Amino acid sequence: MGWGAVLEAKDIGVLRGERVVFTGLSLSISPGEAILLTGANGAGKSTLLRVLAGLVPVAEGEILWHGAPALADRVAHAARLRYLAHAEALKPGLTAAENLLFWSRRWGGDIAAALAAVDLSALAELPARLLSAGQKRRLALARLALAPVPLWLLDEPSVGLDAASIARFGTLLAAHRARGGAVVAATHVPLPLPDAREFRLAPPLEDAE
Amino acid sequence: MIALLRRELLLAARHPADTLAACLFFLLVTALFPFGVGPAPETLARLAPGALLAAALLAALLPLDRLFGAEAEDGSLDQLLLSGLSGAQIAAAKAVAHWLTTGAPLLLATPVAAAMLNLPEEAWGVALLVLGLGTMFLSLLGTAGAALTLGARRGGVLLPLLVLPLAIPAMIFGAAGIEAAASGLSARPFLLLLGALVAAALPLAPLAAGAALRAD
Repeated sequence: MGWGAVLEAKDIGVLRGERVVFTGLSLSISPGEAILLTGANGAGKSTLLRVLAGLVPVAEGEILWHGAPALADRVAHAARLRYLAHAEALKPGLTAAENLLFWSRRWGGDIAAALAAVDLSALAELPARLLSAGQKRRLALARLALAPVPLWLLDEPSVGLDAASIARFGTLLAAHRARGGAVVAATHVPLPLPDAREFRLAPPLEDAE
Repeated sequence: MIALLRRELLLAARHPADTLAACLFFLLVTALFPFGVGPAPETLARLAPGALLAAALLAALLPLDRLFGAEAEDGSLDQLLLSGLSGAQIAAAKAVAHWLTTGAPLLLATPVAAAMLNLPEEAWGVALLVLGLGTMFLSLLGTAGAALTLGARRGGVLLPLLVLPLAIPAMIFGAAGIEAAASGLSARPFLLLLGALVAAALPLAPLAAGAALRAD
């Protein structure tokens, strides 16, 4: 089962305030494909992910989903993807399982299975504020494991993870790609993504000199 | 949307201090009036409707700047916008949750505040209705205001400046309603006007707030 050629960005340009983050950027992602976004700090990796998620508007160009404008219906676009940001979006007062509760109600999926996929089953009833940085990261990753979607947008997903967790994350990624899911990941370190295509973001021209 | 509302209520149950702070603020503000204008029962009863309503609106304003601020800081807002809910649905759930965790608890504190202000007992029922509708109106306006001031520097100061002027109609009709009940007249027209304000804000405020959230 596959979703056909998924996401395509055509000559997009993005402004943040007065600043041009990038312009004339084109990128296309096929099912099962993984793209590693690399580039210096400030090159616009995170911004590109947020643009693809529909959280940041494009100033020029267009983003296509199976050839049709992706952001015409942002709610429908959101249902096709998972976005993992730097911020873990966890509520410190809720337990690990309760943090996933809302998302499993929205998206479906089994909380226990998602926690098991990131090896947090034993800490399910612990408030999120007591989790270590790496455990919080794993809890954020558990959101990806809840229900399958065609596209994962990951912003430095491996920050704070130990070797065993990275291996488990690799299993999650492999299962996602085996289903035909695409991955776009911004990273500075190698990720467990075999045959990933590297997409290098150059710093904007005005900062280059 | 129900799922989001349940999440909000669970969060509020884990952090009851916010609700408690709004109720105590309400009681303290109403307690200040007798000190300021003197304890003469007639003077207090004359002031009671306006004082009650003003104190309730200010108390309900307290937790508003954290309504979206906390979500934006920990990254939850981005995730909520990608959860498959529209911005207006998120805002509507937030407004309802704000009323349930701030407006409704204020009603529990209202009899105490009404007694302190020597409001005639026959007006207490109307006072509860007016405060219920008034805080509902403020929850809706405030949600729109909180979404608009999100990301603005000193948003916490900007928010009351934006919201309170818009709450003036609720203040006028509400206080007039309580006063009418206190002097034995029918409060019905005032309650209906308040209800009309809430009915108008019910679809408009979440739409405005949703558009503001989407605008980044």
